[in-house]
Amino acid sequence: MPKRIITSIQAIGHRVIDGIWRLGCAARFFVLVLLKSMTSFLRFTLVIREIYFVGVLSLIIILVSGLFVGMVLGLQGYETLQKYGSESAVGTLVALSLVRELGPVMSALLFASRAGSAITAEIGLMKATEQLSAMGMMAVDPIARIVAPRFWAGVISMPLLAAMFSVMGVFGGYLVAVVFIGVDEGSFWSSMQNAVDFRYDIVNGVIKSCFFGVAVTAIAVFEGFDAPPTAEGVSGATTRTVVTSALAILGLDFVLTSFMFRGVD
Amino acid sequence: MSEPLIEIKDLAFSYSARPILKSVNMTMSRGKVIAIMGGSGSGKTTLLRLIGGEVKPTAGCVKVAGQVVHKLGRNDLFRLRRKMGMLFQFGALFTDLSVFDNVAFQMREHTNLPESMIRDLVLMKLHAVGLRGAYHLMPAELSGGMARRVALARSIALDPMLIMYDEPFTGLDPISLSVIGSLIRRLTDALGMTSIVVTHDVQESLKIVDYVYFLADGVITAHGTPAEVKESVTPFVHQFVHGEEDGPVPFHYPAEMYQEDLRLETHFA
Repeated sequence: MPKRIITSIQAIGHRVIDGIWRLGCAARFFVLVLLKSMTSFLRFTLVIREIYFVGVLSLIIILVSGLFVGMVLGLQGYETLQKYGSESAVGTLVALSLVRELGPVMSALLFASRAGSAITAEIGLMKATEQLSAMGMMAVDPIARIVAPRFWAGVISMPLLAAMFSVMGVFGGYLVAVVFIGVDEGSFWSSMQNAVDFRYDIVNGVIKSCFFGVAVTAIAVFEGFDAPPTAEGVSGATTRTVVTSALAILGLDFVLTSFMFRGVD
Repeated sequence: MSEPLIEIKDLAFSYSARPILKSVNMTMSRGKVIAIMGGSGSGKTTLLRLIGGEVKPTAGCVKVAGQVVHKLGRNDLFRLRRKMGMLFQFGALFTDLSVFDNVAFQMREHTNLPESMIRDLVLMKLHAVGLRGAYHLMPAELSGGMARRVALARSIALDPMLIMYDEPFTGLDPISLSVIGSLIRRLTDALGMTSIVVTHDVQESLKIVDYVYFLADGVITAHGTPAEVKESVTPFVHQFVHGEEDGPVPFHYPAEMYQEDLRLETHFA
């Protein structure tokens, strides 16, 4: 019995040490990616190509999800607000929920599932099929040529996608509240205009999505580069990207929100 | 006699605590095709990775063109690698680039040649491997043999002094196998480079190589010209060249006594 306890304590210890070791590796890798980013800026076409794959191809899922989230917000907001006779404030509710929280968070979660997993799988498979080794043997650094452009493409795409998610969400809220239910159009837009502050709400939302962009793509490229070069290894890395990104997004969101929105003007 | 291109002295390498190479000594002259043979897991590919500077030795050294590979800084190592080519087991073509772009990759990365000149050079390299007409195809559209020929064209893109081939004959049909074999020989002679072929394929490689090294248990157990190797009476070489089932490399993985494993004594006691 005591031996079994010792073994389980040892197993926990191993897991903790492994976790810390991996965190250290990830931090070193992140610094390396930043140091080797010069090629990405000197040959920006490499980044633009990746922006197409991670950003443009994610547009459909982002726009459609944004529309539905906005529509649901409009419905739920109207349902509650009309009890107090303040249904005209539905525009405020939709806009603030989207630009402060749902826009950055939801789009980051969708981005992690759509683009983050694709980045991990692509880099992992390149490793498994020795393409990264071949590149290294050709005196071309795979971190500079493969990893850094994908990282920067993700960082650039994320705030833009979040902005589009919010815009579509506001449009979805407008569709439901004004077009379908019949809330007054003037009060819908004017309440939104009065309540949403550019610096306090919109800029903070954009800052959040920038943080999420860095977190998701850093996790995605690291997991891909670190994946064991087997089918099982790549599939495990892809799953880890989605799970770790989701946790990182939600954790970061809490920390950033607590710094940004203190409930006082 | 000119200075050898590659000198390997007392080379040792271990993965964690497991020794892969114990003490390897080799000398490879310029302009030759050299084969390194040995069983699976004998450390042949690791030897190529040590020559290319992908991993560092635990003892000894590899000298390529007079430079000790593991002591080179990153920039010097990359400068040396520009003069090396490597053909990976399954080609390792970049799957998101066409055949043309794969061959042009190094030229675009390392030179400032105009696109018109790159086009001509790429077509010449592809012509040398017989695939000029396939320049527009994607790697997924190629057969195994064609992919390896494209990878060969890619590895000679910058006219290297040395090409390393990691199991170039694995999984090929007899025609592709013979095409790859003769291409290795012809390109080595035509471009005046040195080729190192890591392989299991005794019959095909003995037709094209100038010298053979046998690697087993982390050391070079035998070496010689193809004619010497065919006549060799060294038990390991004889077993390997003639593909015999049992010999110094046993058929059975080490295990307990068969009778004990089947518990025959207990049952019949």
